[in-house]
Amino acid sequence: MRYATPASAKEAAGLMSKEKGAAFLLAGGTDLLVKLKMGMVEPDLVVDIKRIPKIDEIQASAKGFTIGAAVSGSVIGQHKGLKAAWPGVVEAANLIGSDQIQGRATLAGNLCNASPAADSVPAMIAAGAKAVIVGPQKKRTVAVEKVVQGPGQTCLTKGEVIEAITLPKPEARTGDAYLRFIPRTEMDIAVVGVAISLKLERGVVKKAKVVLGAVAPTAVIVPAAAKALVGSKLDEAALDKLAAACSAACNPIDDKRGTVEYRTRVAGVLAKRAAKIAFQRAGGAL
Amino acid sequence: MGHDQKYVDKKYEVVGERFNRPDGIDKVTGKARYGADASAPGQLVGRVLRSPHAHAQILKINTAKAEKLPGVKSVVTFEDMPDLTGGDQGLADILENCMARGRALYDGHAVAAVAAVDEQTAAQALKLIDVKYKKLPHVTDVDEAMLESAPVIHDRIITRGVEPAPTKPSNISARTQMGYGDVDAGFAEADVIVEKTYKTEQTHQGYIEPHACLASVNPDGTAELWVTTQGHFVFRNVCASLLGLDIAKLKVTSSEIGGGFGGKTHVWGEPVALALSRKANRPVKLVMGRDEVFRGTGPTSSTSIDVKMGAKKDGTITAAVAELRYQGGAFPGNWAMLACMTAFACYDIKNNKSIGWDVVVNRPKVAAYRAPSAPMAAFAVESTIDVLAREIGMAPIDVRLKNVAREGTVAPYGPTYGPIGIEHTLKAVKDHPHMRAKLKKNQGRGVACGFWFNIGGQTCTDLNIGVDGTVNLTLGTVDVGGSRSSMAMIAAEELGIPYEQVRANIADTTSLGHNDMTEGSRGTFSSGMATIFAARDAIGVLKERAAKMWGVPVDDVVWEKGQAVATGKGHGNLPPLSLKEIAAKSGRTGGPIAGHNEVVADGAGMGFASHICDVEVDPETGRSTIVRYTVVQDAGKAINPDYVEGQFQGGATQGIGWALNEEYIYGDDGRLQNPGFLDYRIPVCSDLPFIDTKILEVPNPLHPYGIRGVGETSIVPPLAAVGNAIANATGVRMTHAPMSPPRVLAAIDERAHAG
Repeated sequence: MRYATPASAKEAAGLMSKEKGAAFLLAGGTDLLVKLKMGMVEPDLVVDIKRIPKIDEIQASAKGFTIGAAVSGSVIGQHKGLKAAWPGVVEAANLIGSDQIQGRATLAGNLCNASPAADSVPAMIAAGAKAVIVGPQKKRTVAVEKVVQGPGQTCLTKGEVIEAITLPKPEARTGDAYLRFIPRTEMDIAVVGVAISLKLERGVVKKAKVVLGAVAPTAVIVPAAAKALVGSKLDEAALDKLAAACSAACNPIDDKRGTVEYRTRVAGVLAKRAAKIAFQRAGGAL
Repeated sequence: MGHDQKYVDKKYEVVGERFNRPDGIDKVTGKARYGADASAPGQLVGRVLRSPHAHAQILKINTAKAEKLPGVKSVVTFEDMPDLTGGDQGLADILENCMARGRALYDGHAVAAVAAVDEQTAAQALKLIDVKYKKLPHVTDVDEAMLESAPVIHDRIITRGVEPAPTKPSNISARTQMGYGDVDAGFAEADVIVEKTYKTEQTHQGYIEPHACLASVNPDGTAELWVTTQGHFVFRNVCASLLGLDIAKLKVTSSEIGGGFGGKTHVWGEPVALALSRKANRPVKLVMGRDEVFRGTGPTSSTSIDVKMGAKKDGTITAAVAELRYQGGAFPGNWAMLACMTAFACYDIKNNKSIGWDVVVNRPKVAAYRAPSAPMAAFAVESTIDVLAREIGMAPIDVRLKNVAREGTVAPYGPTYGPIGIEHTLKAVKDHPHMRAKLKKNQGRGVACGFWFNIGGQTCTDLNIGVDGTVNLTLGTVDVGGSRSSMAMIAAEELGIPYEQVRANIADTTSLGHNDMTEGSRGTFSSGMATIFAARDAIGVLKERAAKMWGVPVDDVVWEKGQAVATGKGHGNLPPLSLKEIAAKSGRTGGPIAGHNEVVADGAGMGFASHICDVEVDPETGRSTIVRYTVVQDAGKAINPDYVEGQFQGGATQGIGWALNEEYIYGDDGRLQNPGFLDYRIPVCSDLPFIDTKILEVPNPLHPYGIRGVGETSIVPPLAAVGNAIANATGVRMTHAPMSPPRVLAAIDERAHAG
């Protein structure tokens, strides 16, 4: 096994594309190292991106935020501007693992691992996040919902590397929230996750985006759920419609972490709760 | 030397205080050496190949390719571990469990092992071993295994305890029955009868330290084993028997232990590591991965239990019947028998009957887990009592008090109780502020009781006094919960010296006589007794030396507060001689000063506890959060209250984990789905509130200090305490543990649909 520490994303992409054996990118390593120790992967090359300048920084601008691919959950959790703008994304990122994991885990890594149960992915999608992808030849920007294509599968082609995640500057009176269900309080994988972002106008929901995690092979955007909220002040009827739409959009599996029935049911329950939090964060009064 | 084990009430100087443990600094600084922390020159890495099938015939194992791989020094299969057990079926089962012989009996069953120069070579070698399997039908559920239609796992199993004896083999290894009185007459007297069926899933002890050892066998038949174990003397005897070694030539050293809870009372990889080392003629270190720990070692039984109890309107329980079905994994156990013994042990029930069914299934061989078999029986019985109380219209705690076992009650399994503490714990619970704490919306409170026998057994202890007056206490009972500190306190108490002057160590098997395992909550009880006697032995020597130094008859010397005092006529003006002064001169008065004791400690005092649990249930997700939890238990005498409280809290925590989320999940293919801590959900710190404790001390009349075992009882009540609290919070009675969110939500829904 060889280990490389490129000085730029482009160099990393070059190393990844040229490798004939199994090449893996290392950011926080909270997935890769576990897989390595369990014998699930046997890399020929590990490319550590943490030495790339600025890859561990969050840049705030008039357009929004650029979060480097090696920025850890704990750094995200301490960024006041990001927290104020996208509290749902920050709370989703901070739910991953434990305090120790938070010191390493990254948004880009969570995205690239492409687990159906990834916590930060639904929240990023709801917030309109994009991935900045650097290849050996060119750079492209792809909406987060387009990156994951199935369990463990992304749209990245050989050699492509995510350099950063961008988040737009939120519009006025916008709020987002993420809730997940786990049987414990931490160190667990989401049985169901729900991210909701919404914008208010005169106390009424003007725009909404509802995204579910862990209920299908990839995160699911639920337009019917968003529609249930738009035009409402989050009255009981709207919330019931939201819950029904979320449950209807579920296409989960029965596994050791939860049953189809349970996941479907709890998706609706969490959606209602997340909607209320997002609504209040947007300045709405319940 | 005869020593009196009778309890004597006295005022203590050291015992009952809170001292730091001698292993504390090493453990918090990371210097402590656990099972995987030993190394030997030229050591190899051992790895085990495990069956991917729940049940399969092994047609052929081809190891040729693995053996040819450079760096591989030995490959073993069952052929390298010949059966030397001479008709001892229990030992033969252990051997077969360590290495499959012709058949793989569960997912994770060891089928071959390699020793190689490094980890990668060993891993590669495992892939090169070609095993041809023929899959056989399997069964993992205890109820299904009992059906006539179930695949029979062992042709040799004919159910014991059934008259006339069955003619055909089955998966039921034994039927046990115990109790007394006439249950039919008892039920006829009852105003209310409650009958319920319960199920509990299989759990693992969940020790953080995996099994690990370093084995070295020489061609002359001498051997060494460094191992994480609850009993190195027993490991020595078992490994020597399986490998054909002489007991005295196998030196076993116990490492620090990162949790055992019964799971490290059984050998798994150790005989395999010894066999690998013997074949390679090099030391072999074998450390299990977490998945191996889950698939191949440990777990406790999964169960299915029927309970029927009847009571009069005044709360008197007139009859109680339990039928307890326990699986022991792929080999017969006596787990259902233990369940029968414990099920109704907290109560004085005139007519009671327990029937146990020990069953084999295609799962790992069941190992002891902290009060083995008792928590599941208590879940069923204590839940049923709660239902019974509500139907009568009495507070459940009053029904328990009304029927509580006392001194003189005949236990369902035979003996008549001496002084016991169950009534004291219930009264303490009733008076506890926790019982008056206000419950919020969606919260409920439950109480449950628990019993565990506790045992004594063989112990051998040395006490050696250095020339500076410091004391080495040499113990053979592995310290799993702070017993070195407690033993040092006891020695200090007896000798009349400060705690800091005593250093307690665990010796290897060549340094002391046989010691039984640290199991059955016996450590402090029996090692404590041997320590008291060894110290008294040493005091006898100290008095002789003082008499010699003074030139007075030894009968005129007494030992008081750490010094020899001359009491006879005419010696009154002699200044006392301290332990230090006597020790300093020991080289000239007869040599080193020591005390020694070997004992079979009888009369372990039974352990009883009552727990209070407050839970909040989210009615929309079925998630339960423990809000408050209190353990009240009789310790007999708490030597070091810190470690007694630690045992109370630890047992409660494990029980809560079992009650809420821990379970082995098997697929239809009979393979374990969750062999890791991510999906086998033991509680994390933030899942639990501070667990409050109250130590009661009802002295055990058969221990000089009144000690009872405290290690196990605390895991017995939590399943029922949590279940009773959930019932109180939601109105829904859970009969299937763990009471995980999907199960609780389904039960809430079912009741809503039923209207």
